[in-house]
Amino acid sequence: MIPVLLILIPLLSGLVTFFLKDEKAAKSWSLLASVITLAVVFSGLFIYNHNNETTFDTEWLPNLGSRFSLALDGMGKMLTLLTAISFPVVFASTYKNSYKQSGSFYGLMLLTQAGLMGVFLASDALLFYFFWELALIPVYFLCSIWGGEKRIAVTFKFFIYTFIGSLLMLAGILFLYFQTADHSFAIKSLYNLHLSAKSQNTVFWLFFIAFAIKMPIFPLHTWQPDTYEQSPTAVTMILSGVMVKMGIFALIRWLIPIFPEAVANFSTVIIIFSIIGMIYASQIAIQQDDIKRLIAYSSIAHIGLMCAAIFAQNKIGLEGVMIQMFNHGINVIGLWIVADVIEQQLGTRKLSELGGLAQKAPTLAILLVVLSLANIALPLTNSFVGEFLMFIGLFQYNIWAAAIAGVSIILAAVYTLNMIQKIFYGNTVSLTDNAVDAKNNVQWILIVLVVVVIVLGVYPQPLINLTKDTVNTFFVNR
Amino acid sequence: MNAIILSALLGVVMMFASVFTENKIAIRNIAIFGLLILLASNLLNIYTPYSFNVDLHNMLRFDSFGLFFNSIAIVSTLLYVILSGSDIVKVGNYPAEYFALIFFVLCGVTILSSYNSLLMLFLGVEIMSIPLYILTGSDKKNLKSNEASLKYFLMGAFSTGIMLMGIALLYGASGNFNLEMIREKTSIAEFGILAPLGLLLIFISLAFKVSAAPFHFWTPDVYDGAPSVFTSFMATIVKTAGFIAFVKLFSLRMADLGPSYAIILPVIIIATLLVGNITAVFQQSVKRMLAYSSIAQAGFMLFALYTSNDLSTEGILLYAAAYSIATIGIFGILIKMKDYTFDGYNGLAKKQPLVAATNTVFLLSLAGIPLTAGFFAKYYMLASALKSNGSALWLVIVAVLFAAVSVYYYFRVIQAMYFKDGDAETTEIDGTFKFVLVVLALLIILIGINPSILLRWYYF
Repeated sequence: MIPVLLILIPLLSGLVTFFLKDEKAAKSWSLLASVITLAVVFSGLFIYNHNNETTFDTEWLPNLGSRFSLALDGMGKMLTLLTAISFPVVFASTYKNSYKQSGSFYGLMLLTQAGLMGVFLASDALLFYFFWELALIPVYFLCSIWGGEKRIAVTFKFFIYTFIGSLLMLAGILFLYFQTADHSFAIKSLYNLHLSAKSQNTVFWLFFIAFAIKMPIFPLHTWQPDTYEQSPTAVTMILSGVMVKMGIFALIRWLIPIFPEAVANFSTVIIIFSIIGMIYASQIAIQQDDIKRLIAYSSIAHIGLMCAAIFAQNKIGLEGVMIQMFNHGINVIGLWIVADVIEQQLGTRKLSELGGLAQKAPTLAILLVVLSLANIALPLTNSFVGEFLMFIGLFQYNIWAAAIAGVSIILAAVYTLNMIQKIFYGNTVSLTDNAVDAKNNVQWILIVLVVVVIVLGVYPQPLINLTKDTVNTFFVNR
Repeated sequence: MNAIILSALLGVVMMFASVFTENKIAIRNIAIFGLLILLASNLLNIYTPYSFNVDLHNMLRFDSFGLFFNSIAIVSTLLYVILSGSDIVKVGNYPAEYFALIFFVLCGVTILSSYNSLLMLFLGVEIMSIPLYILTGSDKKNLKSNEASLKYFLMGAFSTGIMLMGIALLYGASGNFNLEMIREKTSIAEFGILAPLGLLLIFISLAFKVSAAPFHFWTPDVYDGAPSVFTSFMATIVKTAGFIAFVKLFSLRMADLGPSYAIILPVIIIATLLVGNITAVFQQSVKRMLAYSSIAQAGFMLFALYTSNDLSTEGILLYAAAYSIATIGIFGILIKMKDYTFDGYNGLAKKQPLVAATNTVFLLSLAGIPLTAGFFAKYYMLASALKSNGSALWLVIVAVLFAAVSVYYYFRVIQAMYFKDGDAETTEIDGTFKFVLVVLALLIILIGINPSILLRWYYF
């Protein structure tokens, strides 16, 4: 029952939110709903964690061979947890921001959450496709209505990009369906497929392009910086914190176990593209003047590493990916919160117009420094464990791949430290003269995130335990 | 049989209705009442033994496929008349006649869904088309309407001529009009080019009726020139009926007769998708965009011909329903707009939130987004292709790429309604209109969650 609740609570509360006219009511209601969802996730992880409570299966489309089957397992547990944590954090940290037609805004946010939960829980390919699309539609409206100046064109590009990807995936899913022995979309039937090398090599790309656009992987990334920049920050947090994980998650669950031969054939190509993307995105991040774009490009670099580590195909790299999926979500949301605080208060995101903020806002400075260090993957922060494992995985695959990818760590330090320096240090400029420190809810949320960063940096075992069945089955199946 | 006889009778009744009353609303209500009777009689025909029984010499055959499509067509017409009835009566001075013609079209549609003889195919096509020529030109003082009507008539006359020629050749080859007998008696070895050529000619003429490329050239002009209310009717019920006739012809594996349809059909499918989608992208008027989009949608429906299996039969019925419901809704709203360009929709969401929301559902359905009926319609088509033949994957990939293109022009309307500022001017929108829109949108979402809501009636 737990997985159904995880989808129903955000879905229904989201629909209710559309009818709330009062801004305050919409905010509190959606915050409450997201906290309840979080509580349900926790209960699913620690209290009602027997198999019959964490899976759900019922008839949906009998003539099509698709069932409404959900399962809360392995990697899904971690990502539903990440989703459930992100939304209250996002709602609380942007509590002060006001949106026109706020009822619709929060309603769409909750619908996005329902879609995301569905993606992470579905164990039926058609159902997975349904949720994959459902997570996209509300985001399209969110970015197009509440976004920045160029929002319409930018969001449209994003939508078309991802829609092409998902339609290709649909063609692939359909092809696989007719290859299964029992004509079923169930994930188990797909895992048992033995496809010919030729069809593997074709259908692999149908899936991979869909996931590569979502992550995004170079050269399919061009929608991402624009969309992150133009979206309202609350949406950007969800996009980069949770939504890109859809791509990585799908790669591990829906692609690699089904096409083992194609993965072996193409892993070198994909790793090369991922590494090019890492270096390229880091280089561009160094040139950015806009905080949001900087974080966006840094996110491309981090995702590229995860993709490369997945295709390196060894256990240690995969464990790293698992840990890093969660940690990247936490870190990047933290960075966006700081970016949002700065933008709301000072009305600009340009590094060149900022400076000396640390004198006025010391707490914010400390918190951002810790988050930034996590972004560079400094030891004792959560990212270190993940990235270290991923680099070992990559190293085992190919020493040169690891060496070249390693350059991105240095580049990450360059752009991240540069950002901190330009925002917080040096002399105050006219804009930052009257700045004040982060207060109340924002401050507390950032503190919580920083604590999570450090705790998981010192003791990452909970995340490894949470996802170990996925990692194990992943290598048993092959 | 019930629907054929009653629709013809109701057409006559509507003609006489204008003798007794001048009241336009009353006339509309009579039409709605007539459609309800028609629906009931058709349902009686399907689910009970109460139906007219005439010796037809096997020229018509009433199977669940045809009768179920009749229900879809009648319900669509009913929703269409309730939604846009008040606009139909505004087109000209003869409201009763318009409804009479609509009933005659329905008579043709019901023949087409049940024909078993090529003669009946011809009769059905003619009975369906001739009232449409008149409806297209019903806005008598509008030059564009006249032009459209003439164009449609000339092109239509040619196409029926071609069909007749094809039927004659097939008759020459087999000595029979009956579909099964033709199938049985005709073999290519025996009659050489005669049978395949005859079938090809029928194919061309039906491709013309459903506006498949390269026989689509009349569609944009006629759809654009005709009064919008009748474009709605033409683009939905009439078009899907054409497809039903097409599918019936091919479901008997007539394709075995002709030249290699395995090559011709994919070429036509891709050409239709290409022409429809790419041209729709460049339109400035929503009405013209819808005309091209109807060509694009036809490209998807053609998949049902490419693969004759159980999925494609279910799929074409589902597609007919999904496409008709959504298109009727979109046209219903279009008719209320004062400005038919995309800019005319600017800011509609602020002025008419409910209308804009339902319009969004319709557009999403046409684009094939999950949770709408349109998704499953497309899904069935693609699945049927892959089911019969795994190597059709490349055709499926081409089709989904064009579906992605279609998002571009459907979403332009959504963008105009929601994201752009403006004062979308509409004519008066009353409560009934909104209510029907909501019903249509709910139907689309319900079918989108589970298509067996609709298809279970097919197997009942």
